[in-house]
Amino acid sequence: MSILEESFSEIHKKLHNKELKVSELVDASFSRINEVDDKVQAFLSLNEEAARNQAAKMDEALGTEDTRGLLFGLPSGIKDNIVTNGLRTTAASQLLANFDPVHNATVMDGLEKAEALTIGKLNMDEFAMGSSNENSGFYSTRNPWNTDYVPGGSSGGAAASVAAGEVSFSLGSDTGGSIRQPASYCGVVGLKPTYGRVSRYGLIAFASSLDQIGPLTNTVEDNALVLGQIAGHDRRDSTSADVGVSDYLSSLTGDVKGMKIAVPKEYLGEGVHEDVRNRVLEALRVLEQQGAEWEEVSLPHSQYAVAAYYLLASSEASANLARFDGVRYGVRASEADNLIDMYKETRSQGFGDEVKRRIMLGTFALSSGYYDAYYKKAQKVRTLIKQDFDQILEKYDVIVGPTAPTTAFKIGEKVNDPLTMYANDILTIPVNLAGVPAISVPCGFSEGLPVGLQIISRPFEESTVYRAAHAYEQAAGHHKAKPEL
Amino acid sequence: MKFDTVIGLEVHAELKTDTKIFCNCSTEFGAPANTHTCPVCLGHPGVLPVLNQRAVEYAMKASLALNCEIAGETKFDRKNYFYPDSPKAYQISQFDKPIGENGSLEIEVDGYKKNIGITRIHMEEDAGKLTHDEYDDHSLVDFNRVGTPLIEIVSEPDIETPEEAYAYLEKLKAVLQYTEVSDCKMEEGSLRCDANISLKPAGQEEFGTKTELKNLNSFTNVHKGLAYEEKRQEQELLSGGDILQETRRWDDAKKETTLMRVKEGSDDYRYFPEPDLVSLHINEDWKNDIKATIPELPDARRERYMEEFDLPAYDAGVLTQSKNMADFFQETINEGADAKQSANWLMGDVNGYLNSNDMELADTELTPSSLAKLVTLIDKGTISSKIAKTVFTDLMEQGGDPEQIVQDKGLVQISDEGELKQIVDKVLENNPQSIEDYKNGKDKAIGFLVGQVMKETKGKANPQMVNQLIVDGMNA
Repeated sequence: MSILEESFSEIHKKLHNKELKVSELVDASFSRINEVDDKVQAFLSLNEEAARNQAAKMDEALGTEDTRGLLFGLPSGIKDNIVTNGLRTTAASQLLANFDPVHNATVMDGLEKAEALTIGKLNMDEFAMGSSNENSGFYSTRNPWNTDYVPGGSSGGAAASVAAGEVSFSLGSDTGGSIRQPASYCGVVGLKPTYGRVSRYGLIAFASSLDQIGPLTNTVEDNALVLGQIAGHDRRDSTSADVGVSDYLSSLTGDVKGMKIAVPKEYLGEGVHEDVRNRVLEALRVLEQQGAEWEEVSLPHSQYAVAAYYLLASSEASANLARFDGVRYGVRASEADNLIDMYKETRSQGFGDEVKRRIMLGTFALSSGYYDAYYKKAQKVRTLIKQDFDQILEKYDVIVGPTAPTTAFKIGEKVNDPLTMYANDILTIPVNLAGVPAISVPCGFSEGLPVGLQIISRPFEESTVYRAAHAYEQAAGHHKAKPEL
Repeated sequence: MKFDTVIGLEVHAELKTDTKIFCNCSTEFGAPANTHTCPVCLGHPGVLPVLNQRAVEYAMKASLALNCEIAGETKFDRKNYFYPDSPKAYQISQFDKPIGENGSLEIEVDGYKKNIGITRIHMEEDAGKLTHDEYDDHSLVDFNRVGTPLIEIVSEPDIETPEEAYAYLEKLKAVLQYTEVSDCKMEEGSLRCDANISLKPAGQEEFGTKTELKNLNSFTNVHKGLAYEEKRQEQELLSGGDILQETRRWDDAKKETTLMRVKEGSDDYRYFPEPDLVSLHINEDWKNDIKATIPELPDARRERYMEEFDLPAYDAGVLTQSKNMADFFQETINEGADAKQSANWLMGDVNGYLNSNDMELADTELTPSSLAKLVTLIDKGTISSKIAKTVFTDLMEQGGDPEQIVQDKGLVQISDEGELKQIVDKVLENNPQSIEDYKNGKDKAIGFLVGQVMKETKGKANPQMVNQLIVDGMNA
């Protein structure tokens, strides 16, 4: 077992007892990357020199009585749409292949304060648009459980790097399932926090009203630890909420007695693979045995979620990605004769097909004469979906279902069929539209590939999500299974 | 055939906040290119805007001073277009919920008063500045200005003549300066104006096709451009032609408008709500707090000056046109100077000097206290008006204390009757012919003799006394 598969508390105990040095941890991380990343292709760039220097300094500090950050010495990977000062940040786009930021995302400040180490930047679908990592402008990340399969997306690198034991944790982003779905496919724990819980400052925007950064980890406890270090109000993000950050660790009581669980019938119906349904029903039985109660409910507007999402997210994306014009940074097409050609060539060459598809869709949806029929109507649907969640969460503590309708699919299987690919996010997208927090925790396997259990709760009740997820995880023990590479 | 002219103006005014509307960069004018920039205003990946509260308060203040209703809830929208001066390729502006609506501004032209409606006032961010002239094969962009807070003030099409347009702009500028929300310096671009103009047969309800005028970089050019366009459209219509919906540029060298582009339909900016900002709720308390900061506005001040200082309407109007001038006048009076005399100096010599040197009052060395002393020195007869003019130039250019200048340069008026009589007697003695002329009814002779005395005294003789002494002497 890789040291990086051990929990934070185990690692910290070893560091404390001088059985382990930070530089050894960092060594372990880079040697694991050397060993398996040819196959997994989770990383786009590495931060080796800086990480090793920092580790050496931390080892000196280990001998002192100084208080240490809660993520002291832990090797982490950062999804490449999170801006890192001085460390190349591409959002897996050829257009940003040469972009070295001069600023840091707020979450990076949080990790720095907690003394985590940045090992490198993680592969993803270009600008977070995709569910398989096949839309990376560089190369596709593979699923560590079976490298013929996709790791999910768009935070595919973030999920695969943790599953492969390359880092202790990673940060991803979730706009329509981009943390939870790859976490599910790769058998790790991934949380999408409440919209506004974690600052988006420094997250390269895909759909501003939906994007959230969140942690991917081996266990629920580790996840709660990371969230505590990146959550909170940020004056640089007006949409970050001025709501106090709970002590998430204290919510991991293992006690779900009397917890009321809602299971939407839409989440176990048509389109959901039988094995996935069975794993979820087994998980519900585990929770039941621990004293929780569950009932079937309905989220009637969920069926419109994917359509509404693709209109809203693409509309916002069409504006958010307009700044990549070759004028100030990024890769500029050199052969253009005039300004308009320069724009066209830069964007034609720099963006991949999926990104172009969504920019066109969003531009169309916002166009005069279509705005009311598409953008505005989609906003109304969003309101209805949010109401569905609000109503159910008034009566129930959590909503539980599968994270994705299937396990990971084969590389190349859906790449030419965008609509099937989009439908894959049918169970995660409504959560983004509602703005509520949700986690994916491993709940077993189907034909050797992991299945994820999704647990959703009320806005800013990440504690409730964690409490349920932790109780289940500890009772079921699926988190202990690791892929062989 | 007679036509009615319909004019609407869109004015952009930069708000004079210290920092930009969505980041902490300075808004100072004239800094080296691209030094007042940061990842936020440069539109780097991942950055987010944070609204400058001061900018909202200035926009609110301007809206209230222009009699607008303030929105209880207002929000920002993205206006999408590609251009290298716009780093995000969208401008954060306000579309369907502007901060102010339904305002009005009273203007006065040729003795008639009229209300011009203000459709809306909205907040937005300024763009960067492009320079095309320096190189043949590329252009330069300076992002210092990008993100400077602007308000756009859109008038109703209530303006019927170029003169009304001019009066509207003068008044608008005065109100924005009085409320201290904008410097309104057209030469620095802190005030910009686009004009829409159309003609319709006299009395007809329905508007004709309008053209939009750009590059109107002074109020005078707004007037000239509109007057030119009014005539051009009239001739076009009379000769049976059609007006096309065009954007036209005022060419100040050729004194004509030239075609920039023909508009087909309206531009599609694909506005949608800015998801990076939350909507803004303005309650009564906040509104009242801002209302309380609005100072006496030009109309009120003009009324007061007429009443309090007994000034003619014209004088009071000129003095209150800019807040700087009105404040300067007020302070001069507070220093004890005579109101009418001070007004004459400010409207005459001071304004004349400013105009011919293309300067602002603040750019000169003149202070209310020095002007007050100058006026008082004349009042007391210490110096003549003529001598005062030479002292005035010193005060404008070098500043200082007029009493000291008069002392140092020996400019004190000779008002000693004995001293003057000696000189007058000498002059009369040397000019018997003039006395003869005077006695033959040629009053002009007095002027000549006064001139001779002034020559002797280097202009310092008290002219009234000299006059009297000469008449007395010749009649003796």
